[in-house]
Amino acid sequence: MTLEQIKNLLGCQVLTPEFDLSNEVSTVLASDGMSEILAFHSPGALMVTGLTNIQSVRTADVADVRAIVYIRGKWIGEKTIELARQKEIPVLTTPLGMFDVCGILREHGMKGAM
Amino acid sequence: MPEELFKKTFTILSRNFDKAGENSSEIKAILKGLGFDSETIRRTVVVAFEAEMNVVMYARVGTLTFRITEEDIQIEIMDEGPGIPDIEQAMQPGFSTASDEMREMGFGFGMGLPNIKKHSDTLKIESQIGKGTTLFASIKLNSNA
Repeated sequence: MTLEQIKNLLGCQVLTPEFDLSNEVSTVLASDGMSEILAFHSPGALMVTGLTNIQSVRTADVADVRAIVYIRGKWIGEKTIELARQKEIPVLTTPLGMFDVCGILREHGMKGAM
Repeated sequence: MPEELFKKTFTILSRNFDKAGENSSEIKAILKGLGFDSETIRRTVVVAFEAEMNVVMYARVGTLTFRITEEDIQIEIMDEGPGIPDIEQAMQPGFSTASDEMREMGFGFGMGLPNIKKHSDTLKIESQIGKGTTLFASIKLNSNA
């Protein structure tokens, strides 16, 4: 599935409009715990998290994730978005919660990376 | 002793959550620039990042020394801090002494040291209560071949 399709499925707002959303993703890393994200080897995965601080982007960079979806429509600070821009990681935010995001993505064929 | 090809030492500042992880980002950039494969880079940077976060969260101050030799990549952390009373217990996935503040940062879920172990080929931790902890991890350069 492309990031553009995921954006539409989850009703996302895109916080980094400069990045291309035509990239494909097929696996998902979903957690608020950053070490949980780092524990599994899944480069190119989509990261779904409720953690919106700057460390979420650092973790995404270390884990080589393709994009970040922040859940529950949380406010995302400019420092977080700025680091994502530097690291060239697309950032999306959805009003949906973790359970619904994961359920919808799984229904559409995405697999867990863990 | 294998020949040392590259060495850089970073200072890690305690409690500085905004800057935490910047050293690991720099290590990633150095390894990328030198043309290492993505798996070796990922393993090294997971080790460096988790170790760096431990210093930021728990210690007063620390250093991270990053070395590349002909045989491996080495991450050595030396901190001044509370030390680890029971290293074997700290290595258990899920064991944590983190505060709520650390958990709000997305860390302290008891996966840091297990992640370091999982992503390194050798790991040695020495700790003195009230003084500090030394962690030495290496990633062999032929282990992904």
